[in-house]
Amino acid sequence: MAGRSTAPAEGRSGWEHFSHDADIGVRGFGPSIEAAFEQAAQALTAVVTGAEIAGSMRVEIACDAPDIELLLVEWLNAVIYEMAVRRMVFGRFAVRIEGKRLHGVLWGEAVDRERHAPACEPKGATYTALRVARGAGGVWSAGCVVDV
Amino acid sequence: MDPARFTQVDAMTWRIEPVDAMRVPAISDLERIEESGVAAGARPHCVSDRAKERQRREMGTLGSGNHYLEVQAVAEVFDVKVATAFGLEKEKVVVTIHCGSRGLGHQIGTEFLKDMVIAAGSAGIALPDRELACAPINSEIGQRYLGAMRAGINCALANREILGHYARRVIQHYFPASSMDLLFDVSHNTCKVETHVVAGKARELFVHRKGATRAFGPGHPSLPDSLRDVGQPVLIGGSMGTESYVLVGDVTSETKAFSSACHGAGRAMSRHAALKRWSGRKIIDDLALEGILIRSPSTRGVAEEAPHAYKDVSAVVAAAEQAGLARRVARMRPLICIKG
Repeated sequence: MAGRSTAPAEGRSGWEHFSHDADIGVRGFGPSIEAAFEQAAQALTAVVTGAEIAGSMRVEIACDAPDIELLLVEWLNAVIYEMAVRRMVFGRFAVRIEGKRLHGVLWGEAVDRERHAPACEPKGATYTALRVARGAGGVWSAGCVVDV
Repeated sequence: MDPARFTQVDAMTWRIEPVDAMRVPAISDLERIEESGVAAGARPHCVSDRAKERQRREMGTLGSGNHYLEVQAVAEVFDVKVATAFGLEKEKVVVTIHCGSRGLGHQIGTEFLKDMVIAAGSAGIALPDRELACAPINSEIGQRYLGAMRAGINCALANREILGHYARRVIQHYFPASSMDLLFDVSHNTCKVETHVVAGKARELFVHRKGATRAFGPGHPSLPDSLRDVGQPVLIGGSMGTESYVLVGDVTSETKAFSSACHGAGRAMSRHAALKRWSGRKIIDDLALEGILIRSPSTRGVAEEAPHAYKDVSAVVAAAEQAGLARRVARMRPLICIKG
């Protein structure tokens, strides 16, 4: 499954899922690391639901890690944590990275089991297939396998 | 029972009183839960507040992915003597629960994984893969991890006991004359301290089982009296549309795999690929024609768990038997599969 605007060659933002035995891989693309992280979170949401998500509630998070790849895992795990404890789904993300610290804003709503029909609850982002890199054309990609 | 009665600390140390005003957990359950229902050495204070917060609203819930509660009928008995000891006979109905500590265990794992990646670097341990983050078992972080992980095991035991209670309540509502005794409750994805013979010498080992379950053979001292002569029940799930099996631990499993066996059929195909191939709605309709009812909040989730996304469980258990890990006792066919 691929995101609506997956077109890394054009320098635009997008996301995709990739196969993994029992779990699923999420990968975001964008013109910056921040954009790629935001799109990776979009891919995470798409693991749960393909339904439209209202951005009526705003949640701020912060996390840190010694390097950019571990920071991606921390970011996705922070989103998963908020999804789990608030029983929410998020449809829009804003990321700001300063050194080893990430500040994120999530917009979403409470899970509606009828409307969102959640396919699963992501349990955690992992270090499997973890990669944050800048590819040809200057497009950043950020992805890893998510345990579901 | 109100799941809130299992407070965070209570659940992680999980002590069960013989007489429970809420009638659960039944005392007879205790001897049929590994380690008599409580993992020793749990240290709830080593579990972060975030992990506890994640657990707070999840006790008594099944979760998604490959977790399930299934009502099954015994379709075939391979070993009458052991089946009788297990309380299984043809056409008897059983309820099987596959579920763990929910988000708490993952939060514990996630947090310690990061800490150990950093600690490994500081300790001069070169990790070939960051997923293999580790720490010396007797280090401060190693001991903290063991304490937290054992607390997670106890949460899983408590969670399954709550789910079992709800299942009993429903069954007894519709079939008041029925009774539902616990066959066995065993965790997987754990690390356990066990004694095994290595090169002719009994040694205390830390046995990690991932995608595997304990499979103690007959005579193992940790088995309750009612099971010691026959061995530990080994529960192997198939898929929502195919059979599952009950096996019994074999003595040969001790030398072959430190008394371990597989715990499920295993996936033959990724979720991603399954989603492309099958429609959840059609799977539900097709299985209904076979007399199998599926209850899931998501048809997409059903597609990801499609019966043919899993390996042939009959072949898997035959391999386990031929490998000397566990022997087949009974085959169960699914009647109702509930996904969380």
